[in-house]
Amino acid sequence: MAEIRNYTLNFGPQHPAAHGVLRLILEMDGEVVQRADPHIGLLHRATEKLAESKPFNQSIGYMDRLDYVSMMCSEHAYVRAIEQLLEIEPPERAQWIRTLFDEITRILNHLMWVGANGLDLGAMTLFLYAFRERENLLDCYEAVSGARMHATYYRPGGVYRDLPAEMPKVAESRFRKASDVKRLNQWREGSMLDFLDAFMIDFFDRVDDYETLLTDNRIWKQRNVGIGVVSPERARQLGFTGPMLRGSGVAWDLRKKQPYAKYREVDFDIPVGVNGDCYDRYLVRIEEMRQSARICQQCIGWLRDHEGAVMSGNYKVAPPSRVEMKDDMEALIHHFKLFTEGYCVPEGETYAAVEAPKGEFGCYMISDGANKPFRVHLRAPGFAHLASMDEMARGHMLSDVVAIIGSQDIVFGEIDR
Amino acid sequence: MTSFSERNQPLVRRLESLLGERLVRLDQIRGQLVAQITPRNWLEACQTLRDAEELEFDTLIDLCGVDYLGYSDAEWETAQATSSGFSRGVDELGPGRFDWAHRPEAEQIPNRFSVVVHLLSTRRNHRLRLHCHPDESDFPTLPSLVDLWSSANWYEREAFDLFGIVFEGHPDLRRIMTDYGFIGHPFRKDFPLIGNVTVRYDEERRRVVYEPTEIEPRVLVPRVIRHDSRYVGDQLDRREAPNG
Repeated sequence: MAEIRNYTLNFGPQHPAAHGVLRLILEMDGEVVQRADPHIGLLHRATEKLAESKPFNQSIGYMDRLDYVSMMCSEHAYVRAIEQLLEIEPPERAQWIRTLFDEITRILNHLMWVGANGLDLGAMTLFLYAFRERENLLDCYEAVSGARMHATYYRPGGVYRDLPAEMPKVAESRFRKASDVKRLNQWREGSMLDFLDAFMIDFFDRVDDYETLLTDNRIWKQRNVGIGVVSPERARQLGFTGPMLRGSGVAWDLRKKQPYAKYREVDFDIPVGVNGDCYDRYLVRIEEMRQSARICQQCIGWLRDHEGAVMSGNYKVAPPSRVEMKDDMEALIHHFKLFTEGYCVPEGETYAAVEAPKGEFGCYMISDGANKPFRVHLRAPGFAHLASMDEMARGHMLSDVVAIIGSQDIVFGEIDR
Repeated sequence: MTSFSERNQPLVRRLESLLGERLVRLDQIRGQLVAQITPRNWLEACQTLRDAEELEFDTLIDLCGVDYLGYSDAEWETAQATSSGFSRGVDELGPGRFDWAHRPEAEQIPNRFSVVVHLLSTRRNHRLRLHCHPDESDFPTLPSLVDLWSSANWYEREAFDLFGIVFEGHPDLRRIMTDYGFIGHPFRKDFPLIGNVTVRYDEERRRVVYEPTEIEPRVLVPRVIRHDSRYVGDQLDRREAPNG
């Protein structure tokens, strides 16, 4: 009788369902996975080492490029670490803006996730709808920072500038007909907050629409229910955070348990799963979108009623205004020193974590008193999630591996760093 | 002796009574608790932290290596410059300023490496940071925590890959971030920022080739340390921002 051996399969790194550059070595017994060995690092850019050679502020842009689907949340962790070391507190309005944009980022991330995960598992339609909504939110990114993805909007001491009083409008072009332009500009007559308000009111219905496509869909359930089950105890052991941990039934959310920015003052619920399978994680993320929209509405309400500074007045850390520089020598010197040398951060170390859409994104920073960090370590949620791939995929079919990768919400920018 | 905030007091008391001798030092830095543990007691102390009823650190949230070579070295004269002329540049090979051929000879400093672990208890909602200096600097080793927390697996592989810290008892200590067949540990401070090899596809030989890096090491802003009172903690110059 011929010897029967396990078959080794190379999955990726150019596989469309590998979400970037994942290379999986799968040991197969027929179509059943015996062992999964993810090879990562193909997108390793040594962000942490680069940050050691640059003044603090120049690395904020790198944070956007870590998790390029939830840009501002990574910025938030990095900026908070610097603020903790400097012992400065951003103005209240800046904190509300950060809360607002963290939640916009969460919606952006989950939309991308639900669209891409649907695509992986054969639900094509949803991807197009999710991107329609993403477009509107990315316009808000552009309106505040000038960039649609890599915003560099959060700065130590606040945010780069205040929300725009006018939402930029869509112009007619050979790609956009007048009727489309009219429809697109319907919400854009007022300020950015008016636009966001209209969007959030509408958004609850949009999430319901997505659910009609997936939640009770037979194929969707067959692909997700009972796949990649993780018990709460194992989830803690494996370092899961975010929707992965909540999907397993642990009600842990940094926004509630260790609140930062203005999360203490907003009202929202944490959805929790029961079975810890891919389907529960899907349900958790869908509900999180609704909760995020709720938080956004509360932030919009506060921001409408309260004016104020969005950047700290400490000129050692934040630049003075152009107007001031015209006739104040001190302001000019501060500006020059800040942009040539940066600021020195007192000696010490800190760990700042935020609840990023994928889980706990942390920034561990050591300063030796210089104008550059001595060591930065970024704790990416996806790193711990992907590390559990072997355990989650073992015993499942090859096609389930795609569902598991999808439900882990993998983005290689943050895993490889 | 550092003073502890009221919020941290209960945890501090529990740590001191449960770890006792094994706790070399306990500090509060920027409101966060930092414990120093010797390599000899590493596993035992971590076991207590995970299992003790009142501590219950059920999640290892993060583990990373740190290389303390060149800590608090500056490249820019700040105090004496005016009395010695205008040349402020300090003639040293700071981080990012050397290539592979001219990398500095790493001096033997005690406690050069450190393994930093961030623990979290989701049941009791508290955090703790552990520092542990492996004994030898030229071949740093530390017992592995994989048996206590599964999440340590990849984090230890990363610390091994980037810093060359060997974790004894790790089931699968391979490189994780760097290329297959990579030489050196890139996050050590004596490893050049520009790297040592570049990789490209060679048309003639019709395969991928590795060559020494050709980029000039170039860091624009010097590393400056100012012991200026204005930069010290709460004495930071705080001016009210104009409205708007």
